[in-house]
Amino acid sequence: MSDTDVAATEAEREPRSELDRLTAPVPAVQDGGPEMVQLLTPEGQRVPNADYDAVLESLTDDDLRGFYRDLVLIRRVDAEATALQRQGELGIWASLLGQEAAQVGSGRALKPQDYAFPTYREHGVAWCRGVDPLNLLGLFRGVNHGGWDPNEKNFHLYTIVIGAQTLHATGYAMGVQRDGAVGTGDDLRDTAVIAYFGDGATSQGDVSESLVFAGVTNAPVVFFCQNNQWAISEPNERQTRVPLYQRASGFGFPGIRVDGNDVLAVYAVTRAALDHARSGQGPTFVEAFTYRMGAHTTSDDPSKYRVSAEVEVWKHRDPILRFKAWLAHEGKADHEFFEAVEREADVLAAHIREGCLSMPDPAGTEMFDHVYVEPHPLVAKERAEFTAYQASFEGAH
Amino acid sequence: MPGTTIAKAVNNGLRAAMDKDARVLLMGEDIGKLGGVFRVTEGLQKDFGEERVIDTPLAEAGIVGTAIGMALRGYRPVVEIQFDGFVYPAFDHIISQVAKMRARSLGKITLPMVIRIPVGGGIGAVEHHSESNEAYFTHTAGLRVVCCANPGDAYWMIQQAIETDDPVIFYEPKRRYWDKGEIPETAELGLGDARVCRPGTDVTLLAYGPMVKTCLQAAEAADAEGKSLEVIDLRSLSPVDVPTIVESVRRTGRAVVVHEAPTFGGLGGELAATIMQECFYSLEAPVLRVGGYNIPYPPAKLEDEFLPDLDRVLDAVDRSLAH
Repeated sequence: MSDTDVAATEAEREPRSELDRLTAPVPAVQDGGPEMVQLLTPEGQRVPNADYDAVLESLTDDDLRGFYRDLVLIRRVDAEATALQRQGELGIWASLLGQEAAQVGSGRALKPQDYAFPTYREHGVAWCRGVDPLNLLGLFRGVNHGGWDPNEKNFHLYTIVIGAQTLHATGYAMGVQRDGAVGTGDDLRDTAVIAYFGDGATSQGDVSESLVFAGVTNAPVVFFCQNNQWAISEPNERQTRVPLYQRASGFGFPGIRVDGNDVLAVYAVTRAALDHARSGQGPTFVEAFTYRMGAHTTSDDPSKYRVSAEVEVWKHRDPILRFKAWLAHEGKADHEFFEAVEREADVLAAHIREGCLSMPDPAGTEMFDHVYVEPHPLVAKERAEFTAYQASFEGAH
Repeated sequence: MPGTTIAKAVNNGLRAAMDKDARVLLMGEDIGKLGGVFRVTEGLQKDFGEERVIDTPLAEAGIVGTAIGMALRGYRPVVEIQFDGFVYPAFDHIISQVAKMRARSLGKITLPMVIRIPVGGGIGAVEHHSESNEAYFTHTAGLRVVCCANPGDAYWMIQQAIETDDPVIFYEPKRRYWDKGEIPETAELGLGDARVCRPGTDVTLLAYGPMVKTCLQAAEAADAEGKSLEVIDLRSLSPVDVPTIVESVRRTGRAVVVHEAPTFGGLGGELAATIMQECFYSLEAPVLRVGGYNIPYPPAKLEDEFLPDLDRVLDAVDRSLAH
């Protein structure tokens, strides 16, 4: 074997060392790394960004104060709902604590004609779409499966089957394409769709299939993944070997990681992705790097699977504190404003508590009412039987 | 034999529906240029374009999942599942989303979509290509489940299925795709109606899809022996047209249910229970079922033994009459 042959053999080994590198154990990721778009540090320092600063220029000080108000109010809604669950008024509650900026930043980037497909934790997006928080509580109280009109709010019902809504969003976006509501240049007509899902959902086949369908159809959809680090008890490294935003390249469209606790960065990145979609340039995968500060739901006990030191690290990255510090430092909001928002939060919390406690149970016959559009003999028969059976107890002791 | 095949009748029905309503679009694997593996959508992409006849990626959950999104946007998607055994990847979307969307939205959302499935055996296929899985769907409230058995129904029922605002599982009997028949000028029945396709007086045979022809042949053979069998084509499997069945069985006093699907947990058991409840004082014999054996669908060389045929139907008729 000549020297050149030896060199050639070693060159052939190169891929094997690459393979070794790729198959090495994945370390747990503690922060978003240099690729993460961040416009506000956890301390509230503004970080210039050549790509996204221009997107923020359209925001007025009123808009910025509005973001703050959204963040505070939705956190209060969440806290009140958690308390109501503890008092037995809700069957369960899925807290958004820690994810307020990811939801408000993306929710406020939507235009009225855009359509959002949520998971069951998108209380902040629901708020931005004008859904009464009491509707959300109704679902968790067991009064209905979501009492709002999705077509009125352009906000679909909460989807509990993990990842399923990403396909619905993609199909909806394919419909938008067929309506010619993409790339016309008309701001009131061009429409984007946003699909919310979490880090756990990225393991679902539905999510991969939605990325395939969106990729090959170039559908106007933004895949907004809130990577809150935990799928109930399973950390990111149980779901993926690569940063989630990098998945997009395999499906042929851009992926971006953004600081999910930075409302300015989330707004700018999502706004750019939505504009990209509306203009006919296709899908984007946005990974909002954030943290689930609370339990998965009120039925969960995170002390069994994660250490409190990790939670402490993320407390310093709180989405509201940094934004408040920046607003104050820039003179965009004063003490009086912050106090007024707190008072408004108190009023909202009282309204929610009262509304929850006085929420009527549905009539029994309601469960038969909307199964089919057309008359259905079996449903009609059982509805009548149910009514008669219930009536047989009238006057009984 | 003159007339139109079932495959062509579905094709014509799809064409009529697409002509009538621009919101109707077709989605599925190989349905465009190829015209589907059974050629049911042949020529439709050429005439209606790739935006309305969509060759999708090869992913059934993706097809049904995106069809849901299309329906939410106001379209009326008609999905083709290539073979019965390939619907299972989409099962979650059909059961958890398609069937429940209207109820969970308190009637604010409707999903007018049709999922077409070529169904049943008898074509000598490899595994997963010959299944009769209707009971999974009839068990799920929120879906309508229908099965055509002749070209006339294929033509009209597919249009009725597309027109209804409820989601419909539309079964097509694949081994009868090339059977020919006349197509009536107008729809003779509603989507939920059964048809008495051969009147008789001694025993009622209840069948749907591919077994209707088998039952009609059995009735013909029985006639030569002086037995009069009434054959009912259910057409709609959910809801079931109970009054038509009850009227017949109260008259004949005997019923045999025939389907290709395994009997345990199948639609036959549901029909037997309904007949028991509604016709108890008219029954001369227990309701009998003839179906596939309760085993996985066998290799093709054994499917003739697995599937109900004329002799097994007549055997059941004899057992009924022996009471």
